[in-house]
Amino acid sequence: MSHLADLFVRTRAENRAALIGYLPAGFPNQEMSIKVIKAMIEGGVDAVEIGFPYSDPVMDGPIIQEAAETARAAGITMKKTLEVVREVATTGAPTLMMTYWNPIDRYGVERYAEDFHAAGMEGVITPDLTIEEADEWLGLTDRLGLHPIFVVAPSTADERLKLVADRCSGFIYAASTMGVTGARTTVSSAASTLVERLRKITDTPVCVGLGVSNGEQAAEVAKYADGVIVGSAFVKAVLANPEDPLPGVRAVAEDLARGVRNR
Amino acid sequence: MTKIAAPLLISSSEAIDGHFGPYGGRFVPEALISALDELERIYNAAKVDPAFIAELAELNATYIGRPSILTEAHNFSKACGGARILLKREDLNHTGSHKINNVIGQALITKRMGKKRIIAETGAGQHGVAAATAAALMGFECVVYMGAEDIRRQSLNVARMKLLGAEVVPVTSGSQTLKDALNEAMRDWVTNVATTHYLLGTVAGPHPFPSMVRDFHSVIGIEAREQVLALTGKLPDAVLACVGGGSNAIGIFHRFISDPSVRLIGLEAGGDGIETGRHASSISGGTSGVLHGSRTYVLQDEDGQTIESHSISAGLDYPGVGPEHAYLKDMGRAEYRSVTDAQAMEAFALLSRTEGIIPAIETAHALYGAMVLGRELGPDATILINLSGRGDKDVQTAAAWFGIEL
Repeated sequence: MSHLADLFVRTRAENRAALIGYLPAGFPNQEMSIKVIKAMIEGGVDAVEIGFPYSDPVMDGPIIQEAAETARAAGITMKKTLEVVREVATTGAPTLMMTYWNPIDRYGVERYAEDFHAAGMEGVITPDLTIEEADEWLGLTDRLGLHPIFVVAPSTADERLKLVADRCSGFIYAASTMGVTGARTTVSSAASTLVERLRKITDTPVCVGLGVSNGEQAAEVAKYADGVIVGSAFVKAVLANPEDPLPGVRAVAEDLARGVRNR
Repeated sequence: MTKIAAPLLISSSEAIDGHFGPYGGRFVPEALISALDELERIYNAAKVDPAFIAELAELNATYIGRPSILTEAHNFSKACGGARILLKREDLNHTGSHKINNVIGQALITKRMGKKRIIAETGAGQHGVAAATAAALMGFECVVYMGAEDIRRQSLNVARMKLLGAEVVPVTSGSQTLKDALNEAMRDWVTNVATTHYLLGTVAGPHPFPSMVRDFHSVIGIEAREQVLALTGKLPDAVLACVGGGSNAIGIFHRFISDPSVRLIGLEAGGDGIETGRHASSISGGTSGVLHGSRTYVLQDEDGQTIESHSISAGLDYPGVGPEHAYLKDMGRAEYRSVTDAQAMEAFALLSRTEGIIPAIETAHALYGAMVLGRELGPDATILINLSGRGDKDVQTAAAWFGIEL
C-alpha cells in the first residue's frame, strides 16, 4: 500500500482530515524549497504536492505565479525537480506532484512516470489533463502503481463527475470554487455541495483545494472532506520572510494541522 | 459581380472528437469543460439553423461589408517576378481586418447562450477592436486583455477599444504580449464562466474553438475562390497568408484544401531570423506540445517551458499556432515559410508605394512571401494573397522603422 493510501486509512481512524501542502519546486530556490517542504511536514503537513513551475500557469492566481517565476529565475528544471522529489520522499511523507501537462509531455510521458516513480513520487495531480487525453498516462500509472489524480469542479456535470472520479486513485481533487489558486476570505459553499455529490458515486477520498489558507477554514472544510489542500498560504509565508522563512512556514502548518483535527 | 456567400459552416475536413490528427483536443481545467460542451452544443445547433445562417449572412453583408473585393496588384506584381497578384481585401472590412468575421459569428453565439459579458485577448489590437465593436453593437459588457508591451506598440487600437466602451486590462506577467493576454483571459473565464463567453480571437485553444473560428472565417476563401475563377477563369497556383495563431490563413485556405493543384502557403513571423532564436515561427522552428488548451506546434525549451516569441508584428507575436495548421503541415497539404521583420517591412513599404495600400505589418509577411514565390514560379503564375488587415494601426511602428519623424 502506498503512503498516500495509508494516510487516509489513518486519518479516517483518527476522525480527522488530512493536510496536504503544496509548494512549487525550486521556490525560492532548489535547496530552500526542500527545507521549506520539510518544515511544512514538521509543522503537521501529512502529504506534499510538489509543483513544477511552468511558464503559462493558467490555473494559478498571482501568488503562485510569482512563486513560479521566482523559481524559474533561480534555475529550476525538471532534472532538479526530480532531486527535490527524491529528497522529500525520504521523509516518508506521501510525495505527489502537481503539474501542467506540457512539461510532462515534453519530458516524455513514459520517462517521466518511470523516473519520478523511481524517485519516490506516488501520484500526480494534472489540472489541465482531461480524461479524454489521458489514455497513455493512465496506462502508465496503472502499470507503475502511481496515483493519477484529476481535478473536478463545481461546474462538472453529474455524468462526467462519475467518469473522472472512476479514473482517480489516491484521492479526488475537488476545486472548492470556480477560479484560480489563491487565498480567499471564505471557502465557497460550492465545495461542500461538490463533495456531497462525489460521496454518492465514489468511496475514493475527496480532498478540497483552492482558497484555504488558515486553521479556521481548514476546520470548516475538514467537516466534510477527507483532506484539505493548501498552497498559496505557504508561498505567502515564504514571501513574507524570504531570509528566514522556516519558522513562519512551520507556524502556518501548525495552525492548519490543528484545523484539520477540529471537525 | 460575386453574390454574397454564406460562411461554410459545415466543413469538408471536420475535426474528429475535436482533433486534427494528433493535434487539437482539450487540455483545460475541468471547470471549463461544461462551458466548452455548451458552446459546442449551441454552435452545432446554430450552424445548421437557417435562422442563424441568415442572421450571420445579413450582418456580413450589411455590417462587415462582405463580400470583400478582390484587387489585382499590377504594380506590386513586378516585385513578384511578374506573377499575377490578387489581393483579397479583408482590410476593407469594418474595423479593418478579417478578425470581425469571427467576432460577429461568436457574438451571435453568445446571444444564443444568454450570456451578457464577453472577454477577449488581443495582440495587435485588431481582435480587441473587433470584439469591442461587436459588444457595442449587441449590448455586451466587454473586457479585453492585452499585454503591456503590446499596449505600448498599438496605442491607437487601445484608444479605439476604449472609445467603443470596452475595458482594456494591461497584462504585466511573462513577456507581456499575446500569450500572456491569453493566460489572463483564461483565468478570467475560469472564474466567471457562468456569465461570460470567452470570445477567442484565433483558431487556437481548446475544442471547439479551432473549428468554430475557422468556420466563421471560411467565408474569405469561399468568396475568393469564386472571385478568382470569375476573373481569371482558373484556380490560383498558390494561396498565401500570414500565420500567427492562423485564423486569416485557415479562413482563406479552407475552401481550397480539396483543390490539390492549389499550393497553400503560410508565412510565419521570422523576427530577427529563425537562426537567431528570436522569432515567432512556431511551425518552422517549434516542436509538438500543449499550449493554451490544445496540442500543436509550440516554441518551447527542453523542459516544456514556452519560449517567448519575437516579432515586429504584435499580431503574429505568439509562440503557438492553431492545431489545424500543425496537421496541414504534417499532412504536407500546406507549406510554412518564415519571413523576417526586415523582409516584412520591405514588402510593407513596397505595397504602400506601388499600390497605394498600406497593409498591416502582419499581412506584410504574406506579401513578402509572394515576392519570393512569384520569382520562383515566374510570370505565368497566379498568386492569391489574403490582405488580412490594414496598416493604420502600424503607422507609429513603421514610422520608427523607416525613420519618419512624427
